[in-house]
Amino acid sequence: MPATRLKRHRIVRRGKEAYHPPMPALCRDCLTQFEDGNRCPSCNSPRVRSHPELFDLTIAHMDCDAFYASVEKRDNPELRDKPVIIGGGRRGVVSTACYIARIRGVKSAMPMFKALKLCPDAVIVRGRMSTYVEVSKQVRALMEELTPAIEPLSLDEAFMDLSGTAKLHGAPPAVMLARLTRRMKDEIGITGSIGLSHNKFLAKVASDLDKPRGFSVIGKAETDAFLRDKPVRMIWGIGPAGQASLDKAGIRTFSDLLRWDRRDLHARFGSMGDRLYHLARGEDRRRVSAHSPMKSISNETTFHDDTNDPDILDGHIWRMAEKVSDRAKAKGLAGRVVTLKLKRANHSLLTRRTSLRDATQMADRIYRTARDLFDQTPDSGPYRLLGVGISDLTKDTEADLSGDLLDPEAAKRTDAERAADEIRKKFGADAIIKGRALR
Amino acid sequence: MKISMERGALLKAVAQAQSVVERRNTIPILANVLIEAEGDTVSFRATDLDIEVVDKTNAQVERAGATTVGAVTLHEIVRKLPDGALVQLSDDGASGRLTVEAGRSNFSLATLPKEDFPVMANSEYESNFAAPAPVLRRLFDKSKFAISTEETRYYLNGVYMHVADSDGGQVLRCVATDGHRLARIDADLPEGAAGMPGVIVPRKTVGELRKLLEDDEVEIAVSLSETKIRFATPEITLTSKVIDGTFPDYTRVIPAGNTRKLEVDASEFAQAVDRVATVSSERSRAVKLALDEDRLILSVNAPDSGAAEEELAVAYGDERLEIGFNAKYLLEIASQVDRENAVFMFNSAGDPTLMREGNDQSAIYVVMPMRV
Repeated sequence: MPATRLKRHRIVRRGKEAYHPPMPALCRDCLTQFEDGNRCPSCNSPRVRSHPELFDLTIAHMDCDAFYASVEKRDNPELRDKPVIIGGGRRGVVSTACYIARIRGVKSAMPMFKALKLCPDAVIVRGRMSTYVEVSKQVRALMEELTPAIEPLSLDEAFMDLSGTAKLHGAPPAVMLARLTRRMKDEIGITGSIGLSHNKFLAKVASDLDKPRGFSVIGKAETDAFLRDKPVRMIWGIGPAGQASLDKAGIRTFSDLLRWDRRDLHARFGSMGDRLYHLARGEDRRRVSAHSPMKSISNETTFHDDTNDPDILDGHIWRMAEKVSDRAKAKGLAGRVVTLKLKRANHSLLTRRTSLRDATQMADRIYRTARDLFDQTPDSGPYRLLGVGISDLTKDTEADLSGDLLDPEAAKRTDAERAADEIRKKFGADAIIKGRALR
Repeated sequence: MKISMERGALLKAVAQAQSVVERRNTIPILANVLIEAEGDTVSFRATDLDIEVVDKTNAQVERAGATTVGAVTLHEIVRKLPDGALVQLSDDGASGRLTVEAGRSNFSLATLPKEDFPVMANSEYESNFAAPAPVLRRLFDKSKFAISTEETRYYLNGVYMHVADSDGGQVLRCVATDGHRLARIDADLPEGAAGMPGVIVPRKTVGELRKLLEDDEVEIAVSLSETKIRFATPEITLTSKVIDGTFPDYTRVIPAGNTRKLEVDASEFAQAVDRVATVSSERSRAVKLALDEDRLILSVNAPDSGAAEEELAVAYGDERLEIGFNAKYLLEIASQVDRENAVFMFNSAGDPTLMREGNDQSAIYVVMPMRV
């Protein structure tokens, strides 16, 4: 008798608080829309999401639950009730752990020996990347039925903008998203969690709140209250180094951030400061864009101890150049501009850039150019951070086409690098490295 | 100071000065030209601290004196005055203004004290010689296109002028390269130049120098030291610091063993390259040269925009060769050829190619191929 149940519930709530308007609710199993209640009036499922703004919000983030592990469990039912860890291989770290393993304390990026100590009965599976790519494509196809505005972040997560799709689908975004996860489970055999909000930042935060098989909503009205006591490291893109520099400024939670003036944030953190100012207020104007072309590729590293030792810095320039080069090669891109970024001990930034005559994706050329820039920097440090990047990107079919008259060895080094890349492809990233990288 | 000059003579002097002045100046006095009047000559002096140009010209000097005024503004004013006008420049020394009068036009310009103007220190020159304008013109015109713009290789940002051995004798040689192409131009060694130090003349100086070389009849007095170079005509003196760096050993870059010879009409060749390159939208337009028995096929294949092909009758007797180049580089070196056929000497598709005009060894070009 669903109607009675609903009624009783209302009375209880009214007894506790003053009157509140009926709250839109959705059953995530049968997709029934109703008003108020903890159970679905039609199928009696407890998997109900109710929220005052449920049917008004349009920006979503979908994150698959323990994606690689879920795929493995799907393909091998024997694994279903066992703790499964994807990883091993060369570096011996956990790449993904299923939820059973997570309960025992296993986390991503944890060294394998540590994971096995916590969870000795874990089944370790080597990743099958091609299968994951295949499954990711299937999920993507389902998302494409909802909206063309999809921005994938990786194989297992993506932003979706469902603004203006309600008429087309005959149902508000929340319903379509619940249907998406249901279809993922029924048709593909994996589960995912949804975050629904009014911008990308909050949608991403929301999808993480209620994993696995979650459906979280952060409405406009509650945004400020929601963020207030949350730690700022929740912001995507703030890693340990970012956290450390925020700590130094006494910023731990969003309410700490709110006390800062916009100018001061900018002065201290640069463009990130502007972003922090807006995020603290729950504002994020970035669009969900399927075609946000990559503008630059860069890597940077913060040192354990500030240094001005040219040999150590040279080692860092090489390693960063190599990382940038690896990413550029993986994406088939090359850059015409090489940038060197140095952060002094007092956090002030020093950037130097130069244009090349033709684009490159070779670690050797990126390194040599960055090294030239470093040599021409009058500043003597010490530095706390070093970064190398390429920009003004182009397809790699237009790159490294021509040799250097004044550097006849360059062609040989390019050939050597290509050969080393082949070796690393076969035997792993550490199979062959430059002596320079050990500095 | 009070002087009168014909508009044309004034324009020429001021034009030379204002082109040395940097457009964006953080030091206000560097935007000004120093005008000094004495006897029956007026000199206009401008500098960017690396280059100084002084243009001396005859004028009617009613009252000697000196002042400085914004070079670009003065140039604009004089340029807009009617041809043949008599222009009077005067300052009363007290108001801090320079009055420019011509016909019914009257301008009053802010000045800065002449004492603040940085005059380049006189230095000792180790070497002095004179060279006809056409000789210097050829040396720099044919080499400057290859000057590098890469700031990290600052020592390539100019033309390396030095004395070199060639065929048992000595020549005055200019070399420029950016690592993709190289130009090596020789001229007979002028008297007195034998012991001169090799210097890298900065790109901007090469540009300014060009204006001194228009007149075929003029002898240019060249003075050099390790740090400076001076070019002078009776009217204009251009003094420049040289690039403080070591020009790389270019001799090992010039291929000596290239044996596959192609001879082609340079302008026909350049036009064909230009035509086929049209279909490519890429910034580095690659042109493929396919050579076979007296036949050259130029082709461009740009997957996104289209393809083009053109055949030329040439003189080529070696085995089949396919080699790619940046179209712009080919055009640039082909346009250096003005009298005879262009002669290309190839080795393989990966090796530098040499180009010269007929059998003339006094101007040779090297260009790096690109993958196609």
